[in-house]
Amino acid sequence: MESIGVLLMCPMYSYLEQELQSRFNLFKLWQQPPSKITEFLKSNQRTIKAVVSNARVGVDAQLIDSLPNLEIVASFSVGFDKIDLKRCEEKGIRVTNTPDVLTDDVADLGIALILAVLRKICPCDGFVRSGKWKDGDFGLSTKFSSKPVGIVGLGRIGSAIAKRAQAFGCSISYHSRTQKPLKPYKYYDNIVDLAKNCSILVVACSLTDETRHIVNREVIDALGPRGILINVGRGAHVDEPELVSALLEGRLAGAGLDVYEDEPEVPEPLLRLDNVVLLPHVGSDTVETCNAMADLVLANLEAHFNSRPLPTPVI
Amino acid sequence: MASPAAAAAAEENLPQVLILLNPPAFTIFGEEYFTSSKFRFLKSYESSLPLDEFLSANGRPMRALLATAATIVGAGVLELLPDLRLIVTTSAGLDQLDLAECRRRGIRIASAGDIYSADVADCAVGLLIDVLRKISASNRYVKNGFWASKGDYPLGSKLRGKRIGIVGLGRIGLQVAKRLQQGFGCTVSYNSRKKKNPDQVPYPFYQDVQELAANSDALILCCGLTEQTRHVVDKEVLAALGKAGVIVNVARGAVVDEKEMVRCLVEGEIAGAGLDVFEDEPVVPKELLELDNVVLSPHSAVLTRESMMELARLVVGNLEAFFSNEPLLSEYEDD
Repeated sequence: MESIGVLLMCPMYSYLEQELQSRFNLFKLWQQPPSKITEFLKSNQRTIKAVVSNARVGVDAQLIDSLPNLEIVASFSVGFDKIDLKRCEEKGIRVTNTPDVLTDDVADLGIALILAVLRKICPCDGFVRSGKWKDGDFGLSTKFSSKPVGIVGLGRIGSAIAKRAQAFGCSISYHSRTQKPLKPYKYYDNIVDLAKNCSILVVACSLTDETRHIVNREVIDALGPRGILINVGRGAHVDEPELVSALLEGRLAGAGLDVYEDEPEVPEPLLRLDNVVLLPHVGSDTVETCNAMADLVLANLEAHFNSRPLPTPVI
Repeated sequence: MASPAAAAAAEENLPQVLILLNPPAFTIFGEEYFTSSKFRFLKSYESSLPLDEFLSANGRPMRALLATAATIVGAGVLELLPDLRLIVTTSAGLDQLDLAECRRRGIRIASAGDIYSADVADCAVGLLIDVLRKISASNRYVKNGFWASKGDYPLGSKLRGKRIGIVGLGRIGLQVAKRLQQGFGCTVSYNSRKKKNPDQVPYPFYQDVQELAANSDALILCCGLTEQTRHVVDKEVLAALGKAGVIVNVARGAVVDEKEMVRCLVEGEIAGAGLDVFEDEPVVPKELLELDNVVLSPHSAVLTRESMMELARLVVGNLEAFFSNEPLLSEYEDD
């Protein structure tokens, strides 16, 4: 196996890197100066048979075309929106992701963001740290339990968020490509109606051409000045400038974001808002889950190079 | 429209409700939500007289008292209120009242009942997830501009599967248990004054808090403060909880040996803490202000708009019902 070239797109997780290093001939793309990348790929194109990517750095047609012996792209993520699936399919390249193992952590983070925004956990913590508590009480926050929650995308993660919110006595409604008859929640066939009928809107769907900017001005207006938006999907799900102006103008009560259109860049005006909680794309960032994701990436690579069925193929 | 004089006279005829300490809800939410055309408040703290003199002068006709969590009502105060027949509290707990003396004197009690339990449980869960997933700390990180310059934030710890030890399985503890076990897939155990009926409460019971801690990844304190629970989380319990353990306190600061807990946090003897209460509020040990693995909250677990609205409804409703000889909304029944 040590002769199989694997290209790692960016620093991801030290355990994964170490295992890839010990099992394969590992190439670290970020260690090449940008001007030398083409040369680097050309000199190693015969050896590289696998690419490991993640949510932030994908695999486009140009890269695929520069690696003629590429057989498999294993993503250290569940989302594969940054991988050119069409090109991979044309060339018979397998693509794998890491579903299920991160579902709980991402769903937990969705609820964490709801609580942090509604109950003002972050500004309260700042209030105490700054010593202001000595001069008076913080003021009132907003209750979470029993509030209506609207979920965009009722896949694994959306369903897990629904289950958690139910334990808080919340009513659940959702919008999805198709209705899920086995799920006991109210379905809306359009996202505007969903937004009108909830006070907490959570984005948990996959990013496709149809869902790009699915949360736009109209949806934000429907959610309204007492509504909050939570995004644990992809930054591109939300029209970010529209979200920023809605928050600045008080047309939305608050937002909890784990993802952004251009990570790690975060719209500057959001940095000063106390009613916004900003996380650095940590949805699956626990030791336990990163280990499980890494093991799944390794399992997919091992299976492929040993001609066994892939555990979690996308194609 | 009544003339000012007529209005004042009508007001004079309203029954009075005595208040001994300013309710925080009046300041934080608004006294206007607690007013009624059926009664008026008499505030002893607005008088320059010391309390016993004030009560000697004014206590005779008082039939109703609005008490806060901090309003200690013992035999001495009750002696000066011979006609008192109702105490309405803004608190869920009643340990500030001498219940035996109230019973003896035929004084009925209406508490805030269960109105706060969901909010306190939500706060406990919010603090726990924040500590495990570093929500407040990484929010600070992003807002300081460090994500672009310093890179990714250190990893957190997964919540699902964690063993949760709840100290005090009352109304609040039960709601915390439900959220964490049914919602998040944690495994809940508990310690309480008495073991609960296993048919109704499916969680394993530990007689001893230290043993509970030894078998938990996180301890969530939801008990009332009594002689038995004062400093129940002590050096031994914290040691049993261990280096990976997390403590969440939405009970009372004095349930924990705060000095010892701070030492454990500073020296890495426990992994983190989410605290809404402290031994000497609003004083918070300064060591905690420097730590990224603690989340601090200014005793605000009940302070939501919704809880305050519900409290106002209950307080006014109970007082109006009393003065109209109707059943109270939330009468406390001895069990």
